[in-house]
Amino acid sequence: MRIRVKFAKYGALRFIGHLDVMRFFQKALRRAQIDVAYTGGFSPHQIMTFSAPLGLGMSSFGEYMDVEIHSHQGKEDFLNRLRAVCPEGIEILDAKALPAGTQNAMAGVAAASWEIGFSDPHKSFEKLKENLPGFLAQEEIFVTKEGKKGPRQVDIRPGIHECAIREGKLCILADAGSSGNIRPEEVTERFLSFCKEAMPDHPSAFTVLRRETWENAGTPEAPKFQPLDAMGEDF
Amino acid sequence: MRKLALNDEILLKIEKPARYIGGEVNSVMKDPKQVKVRFAMCFPDVYEIGMSHLGIQILYDLFNRYDDVWCERVYSPWVDLDGIMRKEKIPLFALESQDPVRDFDFLGITLQYEMCYTNILQVLDLSGIPLLAKDRTDREPIVIGGGPCTYNPEPIADFFDLFYIGEGETAYRQLMDVYLETKAAGEGREAFLLRAAREVPGIYVPSLYEVRYGEDGTIASFLPVKEGVPKTVRKEIVMDLDSVPYPQKPVVPYVKATQDRVVLEIQRGCIRGCRFCQAGQIYRPVREKGLETLKRYAVEMLKNTGYEEISLSSLSSSDYSHLEELVEFLMETCREQKVNISLPSLRIDAFSLDVMGKVQDVKKSSLTFAPEAGSQRLRNVINKGLTREDILHGAGLAFEGGWSRVKLYFMLGLPTETEEDIRGIAELSNDIAALYYETVPKEQRTGPVQIVSSTSFFIPKPFTPFQWAKMCTKEEFLEKAALTKRSIREQLNQKRIKYNWHEADVSVLEGVFARGDRRVAEVILKAYQKGCLYDAWGEYFKNDLWLETFEQCGVEIGFYTTRQRKEDEIFPWDFLDCGVNKSFLWREWERAQRGEVTPNCRAQCQGCGAARFKGGVCLEARKEHEE
Repeated sequence: MRIRVKFAKYGALRFIGHLDVMRFFQKALRRAQIDVAYTGGFSPHQIMTFSAPLGLGMSSFGEYMDVEIHSHQGKEDFLNRLRAVCPEGIEILDAKALPAGTQNAMAGVAAASWEIGFSDPHKSFEKLKENLPGFLAQEEIFVTKEGKKGPRQVDIRPGIHECAIREGKLCILADAGSSGNIRPEEVTERFLSFCKEAMPDHPSAFTVLRRETWENAGTPEAPKFQPLDAMGEDF
Repeated sequence: MRKLALNDEILLKIEKPARYIGGEVNSVMKDPKQVKVRFAMCFPDVYEIGMSHLGIQILYDLFNRYDDVWCERVYSPWVDLDGIMRKEKIPLFALESQDPVRDFDFLGITLQYEMCYTNILQVLDLSGIPLLAKDRTDREPIVIGGGPCTYNPEPIADFFDLFYIGEGETAYRQLMDVYLETKAAGEGREAFLLRAAREVPGIYVPSLYEVRYGEDGTIASFLPVKEGVPKTVRKEIVMDLDSVPYPQKPVVPYVKATQDRVVLEIQRGCIRGCRFCQAGQIYRPVREKGLETLKRYAVEMLKNTGYEEISLSSLSSSDYSHLEELVEFLMETCREQKVNISLPSLRIDAFSLDVMGKVQDVKKSSLTFAPEAGSQRLRNVINKGLTREDILHGAGLAFEGGWSRVKLYFMLGLPTETEEDIRGIAELSNDIAALYYETVPKEQRTGPVQIVSSTSFFIPKPFTPFQWAKMCTKEEFLEKAALTKRSIREQLNQKRIKYNWHEADVSVLEGVFARGDRRVAEVILKAYQKGCLYDAWGEYFKNDLWLETFEQCGVEIGFYTTRQRKEDEIFPWDFLDCGVNKSFLWREWERAQRGEVTPNCRAQCQGCGAARFKGGVCLEARKEHEE
């Protein structure tokens, strides 16, 4: 059976890259002595998939990992085992059993919600609030993306589903995953530019938190977003 | 939440920030207020290299078992962070607490290879600790050196307060107790160093010895300057390896380290006595760990780390008495847990091929032989027991078993080497390639045979029979490499042989450091100040700067490298006692020049002197003799 594990990543572990997070979980599952399913061959590896990679330096409360297991002693036992082997900065939030036929954690990603703040405690998005309606009223918002054939202009406006300012932070719900990924810093940069504010030249000027990763239970035209583990069940 | 010494801006600017954040699985956190000794343990190279080192994991585990000690880790900041720390005046910090190293009681630096010497100075410099021991005050940590390079600590003696000679498990607690006592008595650094030198075995305090040189530049005398300080410092050694702690919860890094697996140390020392090999002498006598102990460790360590691979560690695993039982146990355990086994330093024979065939993909893996010399004559000179028949027999078995890739390791510039010996490298490589076509019928070949022959340049090391030998010049080395290449190209199967060789510049420098004396320290210091760092990393090695510095300091490279030593020369390392007598090494040097092979420790005791430790293979041999 397939288990979808939801976890948070924060603190010092924001500086662990995506590949290292994968390597971390491969070892953690062994330490937790979870009955993971392996591929065959001379160097068997665990059958696991991760949702969208998180940029270095960002925190998240909405990371997902799918892992195929042979057996278990219930959800509580599973969570306890895994929590016991995780260090400060990786927190296991939940685990759900996936119904057969569910898309894997990578393929299922449709959107992500982000909270962007200034690292400098004296700065806030609050005073830029009045610009928000105008920003969102734009029919097109173009960003430059580096592609295989060189830079190209992409309209990200259709992919921005929500954009608000709450408690001084820019809160966005935007497309993520393989079908058009919108990076939080792209939206931030476009918004600041719209406000005629200077964009800080270093990513450490912002704190970026991924609040949740979403799948689309509706259609591309009429999306209905739900957390990536919404269709999972307790076990 | 743990604080970090580096801010987000820096961490996002540098390569692999995970090198500097600590907090790895099994790393040890303590309350600094609850401990009396803060110990920073340093491997002076980049994190991924340092984290792969077993010795630090052993001492880290041992020290943190003491309630009153907190041992943390420090590695060399990579060149990108190095620049930022200097510019922004950020002091070097330990990974666990992220506190400045400068505020610790001890800074222990492990010395695994000579080319890390400028990195020692980087660590001291970034920590804000005076580079020269004589300039340090009671405010700075005591700087300790340990590891194989301490078997000639003289080129770096000026930078260290003391060296711990030998295996760390035995005398560190005593050293810390002496430290705590002197501190409690309100006495300073000098008083502590004097007591350590007098009372604690294995401790060498360079400032308490005076070296005088003769007119020919060699050492005239090497004597303690204070009463009660030993004239000779004997190495520390653990006689019962089952009785000392072994790290069953080693720290597991987030970033992929060079050694990304459980390391199971099965024995220390080597019975073989290859005459070029320092490890084969300084770790004598061979001491094995018990089979049951190792089985327990393997299971515990896999459970505590979650690693997907386990590797055996020793100088010559095939000589471990219970190897078959151990490997069978591991194969069973690993099959259940889907863990890979890696078996380095195994002699190629029917047993090892059978095991390797079971644990790895034959088509993808290659076999490794280390004949070290191309001709039987020269292999006898270096006492490498491997014969041409052994190699061809092993290779033949391997080809029958499905392998088609062979790696061969050789050294160039060995004592007495002739052109004939060098051609032997090419001929042996060719013969192995030819054997493949003789052994494997055409229809069973999976592809062409691949032979990769690599040569390194021979560097004479202290405490080996070759410590008296002349080393080649750079030009001689390069000529030898060119001849090897030409000879390989003349072979019938030359297209199946790939040849690799190293740069010679760095070998020459390593030769100076290996057998250098205190006068070399000035060169290292000045070269560092001019920008030499990470010399073990080809892309950062600045040979011109080194040569210029030798010139400026008036230190002649040839004196240390190409000079043939006389029997009675006092070596810079002669004040150390590694258990093996100088007279034995000289006897071996003479036998080498006559091309005489010396049997291994198990076959026949040679009276090297290591029996004084009353254990290991020395007692084994005697037991059999009595029976």
